[in-house]
Amino acid sequence: MTEVTAIKTSAAQSAAEQPMVRFENVCKRYGNLVVLDDLNLEIARGEKVAIIGPSGSGKTTVLRMLMTLERIDGGVIWVDGEPMTHMMRSGQMVPAAQKHLRRVRSKIGMVFQHFNLFPHMTALQNCIEAPITVLKMSRKEAEARATELLDMVGLADKKGHYPAQLSGGQQQRVAIARALAMRPKVMLFDEVTSALDPELVGEVLHVIRQLGAEHDLTMLMVTHQMGFAKEFADRVCFFYQGKIAEQGVPQELFGAPKNERTKQFLRAVLESV
Amino acid sequence: MIWDWDYTFEILPVLAQAAIVTIEATAIGFVLALVLGLILAILRMSGPKVGWCVSVFIEFIRSTPLLIQIFFLYFVFPSFGVTLDAFVAGVIALGLHYGCYCAEVYRAGLEGVHRGQWEACTALNLSSLNTFKNIILPQAIPPIVPVLGNYLVALFKETPLLSAIAVMEMMQTAKILGSETFRYTEPITLVGIAFLIMSLVSAALIRLVERRLNLRSAK
Repeated sequence: MTEVTAIKTSAAQSAAEQPMVRFENVCKRYGNLVVLDDLNLEIARGEKVAIIGPSGSGKTTVLRMLMTLERIDGGVIWVDGEPMTHMMRSGQMVPAAQKHLRRVRSKIGMVFQHFNLFPHMTALQNCIEAPITVLKMSRKEAEARATELLDMVGLADKKGHYPAQLSGGQQQRVAIARALAMRPKVMLFDEVTSALDPELVGEVLHVIRQLGAEHDLTMLMVTHQMGFAKEFADRVCFFYQGKIAEQGVPQELFGAPKNERTKQFLRAVLESV
Repeated sequence: MIWDWDYTFEILPVLAQAAIVTIEATAIGFVLALVLGLILAILRMSGPKVGWCVSVFIEFIRSTPLLIQIFFLYFVFPSFGVTLDAFVAGVIALGLHYGCYCAEVYRAGLEGVHRGQWEACTALNLSSLNTFKNIILPQAIPPIVPVLGNYLVALFKETPLLSAIAVMEMMQTAKILGSETFRYTEPITLVGIAFLIMSLVSAALIRLVERRLNLRSAK
């Protein structure tokens, strides 16, 4: 079966049967450096996947490619049953046009390591900017939704505060509310607790835990919080040198890792705690 | 007596009228410079080919004297069928010249906005226009206000060059008054004082704007 035929066949399958996210032979290079090498990864609807691995293993790049912050050098990324990085034109798969990219990308939300809140806007303004300008919500509706979300992350009383007036943990919770305001189907968390003081980590993880319990979101998180990954994720992927060296349910991967590099990594991480 | 007070009071209304022309040329020229500078800065960052062309244009304008640009617009353009009024030619030259300086200031401001802000806009699916207008520019502008303010004062002090094409701003008016009476001391001194006062007032206003912006970003 040719590649084009295979792609056509997959496109014909109903979206519901498809995984929520699929990386198909995805490659990413920076010059001669191969960051991701022929990545194949499927994430089911509602699945919570933790991505762990040493620095430079390509784990953050996976999220950044999915959020279209990085271009891919090969392969196709599928979201919700349709190709995101490519589109069909005259029966051929061609690189996606900006319009297509924006449409498919709207299904994804991302929370960053350094929050990336808009510093000139209050917590509430951060949460309503995109719903008003992108989703064309009325200001009243957007504010009601944003207030609800800020309440959910425990910051209803801080909605008039600017990011500089909030702690790191509070800023990250606003960032989560802001991403949720766009009603994504997939949420990406990129080392969301790495920039926080240790005592603030818990409040952010609590919000993510709550999200996982109350919403049917597909979640991908790059994390160094092994304990949280073990408790929260349905599956853990260990990345090493641009490839998934090992993956499995948390109990299996943390309890009895098979790959030698996974064992070394987990031993090093546990020793540092 | 070197200084003639009667003559001073006689020419003051005439110079005040000319001061309005100077202020108009400054205001219109600076608005033009701000708009043109922003357009050039955006074009410069838009891609390698366009960016290169814009860089060459900016270097060309910045490396040639403003007076030549004024003469070119006023005396050379008519050869190509474009005849401009002296005031219009002068204002365009001021706007063009300072627009190229402002472009560099804008570029520094835009590059100073953290990359994460652009990425957050992509993650929220904001359009390029909304990203720029609502997120990036409001962060890029406050830090560059003092530099833009300096260019406003500099542009204001360059307006006497418009006298070279007979725009009736303060310097040209002072020269005419002097040539009519052979008394240059009063008109030229008054023009100097007027420039000093207006420059100091402008600098104070810029500091006020800067303080307000700093207060807002410190919230």
